[in-house]
Amino acid sequence: MSSLPPYLSIPERIWHYTFWVICGAVLFFLIFPLLVITPLSFNAVPFFTFTKEMLAFDPAGYSLVWYEEFFTSLNWQGAIRNSVIIAFFSTIIATFLGTLASLGLSRPNMPYRTLLMSLLISPMIVPLIIAAAGMFFFYSRIGLQGTHLGVILAHAVLGTPFVVITVTATLTGFDNNLIRASQSLGASPTTTFFKVIVPLITPGVISGALFAFVTSFDEVVVVLFVGSYRQRTIPWQMFSGIREQISPTILAAATLLIIVTIALLTTLELLRRRTERLRGVTPS
Amino acid sequence: MEISQEKSVLVTADGTPLKISLARAQRRSKIVAFSMVLPLLIFILIAFLIPIADMLSLSVDNSITKEILPKSVIALQNWDETSGELPDEVVFAAMVEEIKKAKIARKHTRVGQRLNYESSGFSSLFRKAGRKVKIIKKPPYKEALIKSDKRWGQIYTWQVIKQFSTEYTDGYYLAALDFKRNPTTGKVESLPGKESIYLKLFWRTMLLSSLITFLTFIIGFPLAYMLATVSTRLSNILIIFVLLPFWTSLLVRTTSWIALLQQEGVINDFLVLVGIINNDGRLAMIHNATGTVVAMTHILLPFMILPLFSVMKTIPKSYVRAAVSLGAHPWKAFWKVYFPNTGPGIGAGSILVFIIAIGYYITPALVGGSSGTFISNRIAYHISSSLNWGLGSALGVILLGIVLALFMLYDRIVGIDNMKLG
Repeated sequence: MSSLPPYLSIPERIWHYTFWVICGAVLFFLIFPLLVITPLSFNAVPFFTFTKEMLAFDPAGYSLVWYEEFFTSLNWQGAIRNSVIIAFFSTIIATFLGTLASLGLSRPNMPYRTLLMSLLISPMIVPLIIAAAGMFFFYSRIGLQGTHLGVILAHAVLGTPFVVITVTATLTGFDNNLIRASQSLGASPTTTFFKVIVPLITPGVISGALFAFVTSFDEVVVVLFVGSYRQRTIPWQMFSGIREQISPTILAAATLLIIVTIALLTTLELLRRRTERLRGVTPS
Repeated sequence: MEISQEKSVLVTADGTPLKISLARAQRRSKIVAFSMVLPLLIFILIAFLIPIADMLSLSVDNSITKEILPKSVIALQNWDETSGELPDEVVFAAMVEEIKKAKIARKHTRVGQRLNYESSGFSSLFRKAGRKVKIIKKPPYKEALIKSDKRWGQIYTWQVIKQFSTEYTDGYYLAALDFKRNPTTGKVESLPGKESIYLKLFWRTMLLSSLITFLTFIIGFPLAYMLATVSTRLSNILIIFVLLPFWTSLLVRTTSWIALLQQEGVINDFLVLVGIINNDGRLAMIHNATGTVVAMTHILLPFMILPLFSVMKTIPKSYVRAAVSLGAHPWKAFWKVYFPNTGPGIGAGSILVFIIAIGYYITPALVGGSSGTFISNRIAYHISSSLNWGLGSALGVILLGIVLALFMLYDRIVGIDNMKLG
């Protein structure tokens, strides 16, 4: 916070501090729900609220029982396994197809670029409930409803726009002279691709892949319709858990998901800095 | 050196004119570029666009009547539904035969179910007929069928069957907008106020989404302004407060709001503890519209702040300083100089939040109760509970139309290419 200039009038000073209080309140509103969930997940009793023991910081009020439940119960174990399998394969499909398409889209004189782009990112625009409904009807007709393959394909589709957007963004700043330089120095197109293009777009591809991974890992609407109990993911399990019996295991799952999010955000930020450094821009 | 006249056309090493060679190279490059996009295009087409087209066809599909009762439908064509007389024996004979056949294939209830959407009672009529037709072995079928259930003797029954025997129907769309085709006259009538639920639901979805958009704007604007005006170091730290919720699973955020808002939840407990409300007067903040609005405002707030922030970052601080030094009151300088410059950010953020809000399903389903649910919840209900897929699809197509129209607006303001993440 910078010190105030001396010429400000009293109302201006009051307003300045009021403004900071307002902004502080908004920041609090944004972060409070995430903060409150973590201590609640250590609750010793199956309630969604702070007990007297917890407020008194009595160790008896806290326990790891819900974490134990999360890692040992069959329902949650299956959910963790499914989440990882589905997110992993859908990320691979989305990243491969999305990167290839972005390389094509970013080539000079690409025909119908705008039209193709809007088709390719349409899965991001269409409301999830509509995508889920359409996929439910069509996938049950071709026998993919209630299979892992069906959910993986559905999640791959939802993830591709993120890959396309991040990779094309990386390629917009791409200096085509680098390719010309490499070729004029005698490199074959293959060598140019692997030695010049790939290292430069890798950060974009990785962040696109992370976006695709998070999309699949967090997605619940499509998996509710296209999947069944056998394809239950962590969000699926949380959703049905909230609807049926509320247990703080959901809060334990939520806390772990927040930790995963923080890890992903940190990775993304490090990647962003690396890209900027590679381009010769000092990270802000 | 001599320059020959014929050689004025430039050629490449192998003798082809340069122009043709260039065109060829460009065409090749276009084909290469396109073939790189093609795999993803095909994938999206099969796994995403065709399913949506499939939903579109489901919303007008009415082939079930014709499929299960083909002969009866043809025979009914010769019957004048305005004559005031029942169809003749041929129609009844075809109907009995086809219900028998459908009963074996266990499909007779599906016709009943379809016609039941138009006029209640048909489901039971066909289920009953499925049980009774096996005792009807010989003509006259007309008397026998009417004996099994006197509704077969009503002209109205046959009018409904004839009216809804066409291959395609607009019936689901009419139902989705609270209209109905009168089976007797074929005219479109609006449903009485009590039965009209979908227009109300569309209206509520729009209203709550607008309210959520407005709240995210009011709450998000000051923070975006602060993030854009403080030092980069500080804003880099504070933006984490926006990005962390943005990237946290929406189920996690919805769960926290349940923990906070419910009757025995954190906020109510706190208010009781402090003494603002007493234990019997706990506030009902969840499983109603309040719950939906509060939770969704929180969930969609980053979608407002991030576009606002990125636009505000580009507004030079010197603009406001210039206005103030020219004698404008700081308020006026802000209002007349700074605020209009944030227009594109406000437009982008508002449309984005609104588009996401009107299609939201999970949060209203978990915290919306009955007064805070959206049209999406109704679509999900028709798909998984009532199994009226046609109506669910029709509602979905209308919602999709609204979203696409808004998205075109977004594209005009921001441009698809400028979409940024995080």
